[in-house]
Order: sequence, then C-alpha cells, then structure tokens
Amino acid sequence: MAGDIEIILGSAAPLYRQIVDQVRLGVATGNFAIGEQLPSVRALAERLLINPNTIARAYGDLVREGVLESRHGQGVFIAPRRSVFSDDERQRRLALAVDALISESVGLQCSVDEIRTAVEARLKELGLSNRKKRG
Amino acid sequence: MSDFVIETSGLTKYYGSKIAVNQLDLAVPRGGVFAFLGRNGSGKTTSIRMLLGFETPTRGSCSILGCDSQRFTPELRNRIGYLTESHFAYGWMTIAECERFQSGTFARWNDRIFAAVIEHFGLSRKARIKDLSRGEKAGVCLAMTLAPEPELLVLDDPALGLDPVARRALLEAMLIVTQGTERTIFFSSHLLDDVERVSDQIAIIDRGVLRVLCPSHELAERTSSWILKYAGPTPTLPEISGLLNVSSFPGEIRIIAVGAIDENEQRLRALAGVDVQRVPVNLQDAVVSYMDDRGRRKSLFQSIGA
Repeated sequence: MAGDIEIILGSAAPLYRQIVDQVRLGVATGNFAIGEQLPSVRALAERLLINPNTIARAYGDLVREGVLESRHGQGVFIAPRRSVFSDDERQRRLALAVDALISESVGLQCSVDEIRTAVEARLKELGLSNRKKRG
Repeated sequence: MSDFVIETSGLTKYYGSKIAVNQLDLAVPRGGVFAFLGRNGSGKTTSIRMLLGFETPTRGSCSILGCDSQRFTPELRNRIGYLTESHFAYGWMTIAECERFQSGTFARWNDRIFAAVIEHFGLSRKARIKDLSRGEKAGVCLAMTLAPEPELLVLDDPALGLDPVARRALLEAMLIVTQGTERTIFFSSHLLDDVERVSDQIAIIDRGVLRVLCPSHELAERTSSWILKYAGPTPTLPEISGLLNVSSFPGEIRIIAVGAIDENEQRLRALAGVDVQRVPVNLQDAVVSYMDDRGRRKSLFQSIGA
C-alpha cells in the first residue's frame, strides 16, 4: 500500500519524521504487511515532489530500527517483526517517548486521568489494545 | 577537488556607506539543494552577484568550484548555470532562436534536456518570447540554463511570479537535476513550502548577516516556541537563551528561541501567575523568526490600533 505515505507541508514535524512515523504506525496497525515492498526512494520522491534525500534519510532510520529491511538491488521491504534493540535499550526509548507525551500533555493542562484515557482510547482505535510484546 | 562548490570568507559589500553584505561565511557542499533565504533587500542578490563575479567585494573573498569569483575563466563559466530573478530573454527571438543563440555560447549543450523542459512547460519552439506568459518565459530560461548541464546551478528566486503549475514544473526540474548526480543547486526563494519540499540545507541572511546555516530538517527541530497567557500585569520575562523573537498581544506573549529548550522551559514555568504552553514550530515559523526584527515588538495590528 505504497499510496499510504503522504506528507503535510508546513507541519511542525519535518518531512522525514512524517514518513518515519507513518511507516512505523502502518506496520503496527497492519496497514503495511510484512514483506511488502515500499516504493523506491526515487519513485516516492517523484510522487510526493520532495527531495529524495529526505526519503532516503527516513528509510535509513527505519532500516536501522529494524522496521524496514534493505535487500540489495531490490529495494526496501517491511521487515519481519523482531527487535533490534536490547531490552534495556527498548525500555530507555520507551521512557523517552513517555516523557515526551507527558510533557506535552501536562503543558496542555491535562489531568493524569485524561492522559491515561486518551492513550487507551487511541490504542483501541488503532486496534493495538491487546497487543503483546514483539517476539 | 574541494567538497564545497561555493565558499565565501568574510565576504563584505558596501554601497557608499550602506552595508549590503556583512562578513558572510558560507560553505555549500557538493550535491543536493541549498536554499538561501532572506527578506527583500537582505543581501541575497548582492551575494549571488559577487559569487558570480558580477560585483567586486569590498572585503573578503568568494569562490565557486574552487576558483576565485574575480578570476573566472570562460571554461569555468561553462560549468555554472545562472538563472536571474527577472528571467531574461530577448523578446524578438523565437524559442528555437533562443536555443541556437544560447547553445553557441556553451561548450556543452544537451538538446534532449532543452527539448524535455520546453515540452514540460507545454511550449512550442516557434513561439516568440514576447508572446509568452511569465511562467512560460521562466520555462524557456530554465531550459537554457539546464541544457549546458552545469555542475552548479544558481537560481535567484526562480519561482517569482510563477503560477502553481509552472512552479510545480520548476520544482520537478530542480529535483531531476540533482538526482543521483554530483550536481548542486543554490537557490533563493520566499516560498517556504517549496523550500521545505526540495532543500537539503538552509541558510538565512538578514540585513547582510548570516543568521543560520543548517540541514533543513533541523531548523524547526532546534527552534521552540511558547505562549504565555496572563490575567494580571505583564510579567517580566526571565532571561531566555537563544531568544529569536518575542511578540506581545493583549494578555499573551509569544516567544521563539533556538536551542536550550529544557532550560528555557524551566525558567518560563517558574513565572508566577502565567500559564505557559509549549507550541510546535514549523519551518515557516522558524524561518520568519530569524528574519524578523530581533527583540521585542508588537504585532502590526497593535501598532495600527486595530
């Protein structure tokens, strides 16, 4: 479902970050299937009319994270689920993500209950509420 | 070969006692798209004209492709493409005549590129320049600039006055030029959506001074913004490191700063009786905050009493 990657200009998220987030979320929600091929850097750059280096950077990040795998001469594919990070590293990254969420939400004067409810509602919406740890 | 296609060192230009470019130090790496931003009259065009050897610096130096801009050889000029702000072409010529005329001045001329750009802009070779719209004329000029396959393309506000379709064609052409090659585009623009789409690096010049030079995706990420709301007397702001801009509105102050995000946030949150909200910054906000007047200023609406 290559058509799934879209960008928004003028957003606070840089373009490469928008692409990374969409692929990551798309894999988590099953929007991208394991083994599915993503468009080439060049093809996506042409379709979105953006600098190919931006896409290459996003794909590079996703390959490093293990979300994508690059097969020589063939392109990039959604990788089988596996964690490229140690448990400690996963915990550290999770803590960072949680901190960001909390600091934004507290800034918006949200109560603890509001934050909790919003997180659970969104997980449910994405069909992730019963998700187990990645094997 | 140098890794930089454009280098300037302390580049300075005075017109009489007025300083147009002040100690500009710029290094543009080979490959990719470099956006050179600034308000009208900020010194962009003067810098570009010095780079290309059309103006003599008052002080400092600049070079392109490793050659001092004051000592270009015809051979070196062949490796540089330059599209002026005004998209100059002789009105009485047809497009075919423009091609013949222009190709004679370059050692290398790629007919296929010329034809492809002309076709891309939907033009006929028989058309006379004086009968073309601004966007069509820009297309002809772009074709003439791209056909010699220059290593470095300098585009001074190429999108000026173009309609959305012509702009899109221009962006496509820019991306094709830099695709998988060692070619570099150095362009100035006021259209920040275009800049976000195509640029790898951004430099911002304000009143002749270089304010920032960084990878495009980092510009907004390094910049942070807060909205302070208060009911009582106007709070006295703490010292904000990297302060770019403060705008005051009734009961509200907006602050934009670069770097030291956590530290600034702590200082602001320590203010009594003030509601502090951190708000996301996009490329447009970040660029504008570098170009705007430094320090405190009121919004235009307040100044005119609206």
